[in-house]
Amino acid sequence: MYVYDQHDQTIIDERVAQFRDQTARFMAGEISDGEFLPLRLQNGLYLQRLAPMLRIAVPYGLMNSSQLRKLASISRTYDKGYVHISTRQNVQLNWPLLEEVPDILAELATVQMHAIQTSGNCIRNTTTDQFAGVASDELEDPRPYCEIIRQWSTLHPEFAFLPRKFKIAVCGSTQDRAAIHYHDIGIELVANESGEIGLKILVGGGLGRTPAIGSVICEWLDKQHLLTYLEAILRVYNQHGRRDNKYKARIKILVKAMGIDAFREMVEKQWSALKDGPSTLTEKEITRARSFFRDPSYLTLDRAKAMSDLEHDCARDPIFANWVTRNTQEHRVPGYRIVTLSLKATGFAPGDITAEQLELLAELSDYYSFGEIRSTHQQNMVLGDVQASALYTLWQRLQAAGLATPNIGYLTDIICCPGGDYCSLANAKSLPIAEAIQTRFDNLDYVYDLGPLELNISGCMNACGHHHVGQIGILGVDKKGQEFYQICLGGSQAKDASVGKILGPSFKQKDVPEVIDRILFTYVTLRQEDENFLDTYRRVGIHPFKERAYAQAD
Amino acid sequence: MRRLIKHGSIIDDAWKQIDSNCLAPAHDQICSLEQWQNLADKTGSAVQLEPGQEPASLYAALEKIELLVINFPVFTDGRGFSYARDVREHGYQGELRASGHFIRDQLTYLQRCGFDSFQMADDAYLEQALTSLRDFTEHYQAAIDEPLPLFRRRS
Repeated sequence: MYVYDQHDQTIIDERVAQFRDQTARFMAGEISDGEFLPLRLQNGLYLQRLAPMLRIAVPYGLMNSSQLRKLASISRTYDKGYVHISTRQNVQLNWPLLEEVPDILAELATVQMHAIQTSGNCIRNTTTDQFAGVASDELEDPRPYCEIIRQWSTLHPEFAFLPRKFKIAVCGSTQDRAAIHYHDIGIELVANESGEIGLKILVGGGLGRTPAIGSVICEWLDKQHLLTYLEAILRVYNQHGRRDNKYKARIKILVKAMGIDAFREMVEKQWSALKDGPSTLTEKEITRARSFFRDPSYLTLDRAKAMSDLEHDCARDPIFANWVTRNTQEHRVPGYRIVTLSLKATGFAPGDITAEQLELLAELSDYYSFGEIRSTHQQNMVLGDVQASALYTLWQRLQAAGLATPNIGYLTDIICCPGGDYCSLANAKSLPIAEAIQTRFDNLDYVYDLGPLELNISGCMNACGHHHVGQIGILGVDKKGQEFYQICLGGSQAKDASVGKILGPSFKQKDVPEVIDRILFTYVTLRQEDENFLDTYRRVGIHPFKERAYAQAD
Repeated sequence: MRRLIKHGSIIDDAWKQIDSNCLAPAHDQICSLEQWQNLADKTGSAVQLEPGQEPASLYAALEKIELLVINFPVFTDGRGFSYARDVREHGYQGELRASGHFIRDQLTYLQRCGFDSFQMADDAYLEQALTSLRDFTEHYQAAIDEPLPLFRRRS
């Protein structure tokens, strides 16, 4: 993974000092609330319902074991001994004290971590495929480009006071696991006819109040132009994005208002002034960025033998076998598997992980996976490089620590924002909904029979829980001070991206699990052969679901 | 006379503030864009841009302008950052001043975008504000103060 040199470290250390001074001036009453707001947000600090929340950046979801240990220790010293993995692959502390935040940032800086631009109207943490570098369907590892973007966007002087937040994601594989269609800018690594790899750029996707699927602004961009092209898009957006209404301020609204062709024309004009300038990437810089993501020292293993050994382990323990099927994936290197650790055990807030679990993960990653761990936008963790022969002992350790719930990609692997229990923006609670659904559908055989299913919950229109792109999405709404839940169906965050359609009037909290049950029953009744939920929905439309969901009890 | 920060020092400002009712601004007066456009001779002129007034209309006479003020009615409206870079990239060499309600903690970004003078809404704390200009000694991106990105300078 990327390792700081003295330049990177200087920038991070100076940022800590700057924020320490800003916090001290705020506490002394020298900075008003309104002026401190963007300063603290651009350092990931929210003042929440019960306590501040600090969002720590995990660039493109990659961490090493010393960073995990540091997070564990910070969560014990400054918080309540657990952290939360967000849908931007970041890590959140729910209970820090404002006056201690500079100390937390200083501790993070010792392990090359920070909280820069994890919030605010600026360029946020760039995200990517959680299986980058190990996925078998990968064209090229997207992480070097994510790191190049991270550096360019970090403390960018021109784009710190944009009309609204700005999110970029990069995908380098056939299957899109980074939801690039739902980002302000989505970047896909693509090959041309001669096998050369370039960039396809999408713009104007997003969730929130007005979900939109990104439009192609550039079918092919040579890699060296990445930063100048991004700069051109951002400069057009910074000058022309709406600033009169925060709900219409995202770039998707500008792109829609201008039309993609007129927007592209404006960007190209801006770009012609920047193109081939000093920010053009050099071959040396691309090579340098890539050098941090070279293969670790994999052993040469025999695929057939590794598979037969694994089958043998599976045969002696069906519970292990099931976990292997549900929570591990093919690795591009023979004899290795990708392991996803579920943070979706029933009874625990989705995405929460304790200090003890973090430390265990650090130890296991050192032992089994070259000391690296990934966080996912589905709020789970990944050990990317585990030898198949080691899976059984690894599983036993995970099982004992509650990290082996075999539900990855199934109904109970719910994406869920912290909701009204923590967040001051929320209209409704989301965590109790997640738990009620997990409790109701505790029969794993039924859950597996339903096939892969994405259920996403957001506590408000800001859509942190990505409800629009859940195959089943749940949105908390406020109706005259009462919490209600709107359900939408048919969302997809994959390359066949679609935005979910609202089923109908919203439901009371206590009725949600029953409604979900009826929706699932409708699917099971109507599905043909191996058809998954989304395919059935797309074939039959929303009506059968609607009819059943709102039917009065006989 | 009001005090402001210019080239890292605190000075008294000789320019007269904008007076939008005035039909023929004096030579030492800052013009609104409209007044400036009506000037017969733009040599040595001073003009102030507001958010929404893109600098493209100044391009033809950039070398005649002595002072360009970019106003920030609210500090969260960041259009002026792009305006500043834009005029510098188009070759503007004169004084580039930020005015209005920007805050001390934005000074380092403003300076990077090409501003070289800063007229703060409240000039009582300029000494303290000066220290904010030195918040960072290293940067990743190319900007006006450092035309090469870090990746072209890394040792």
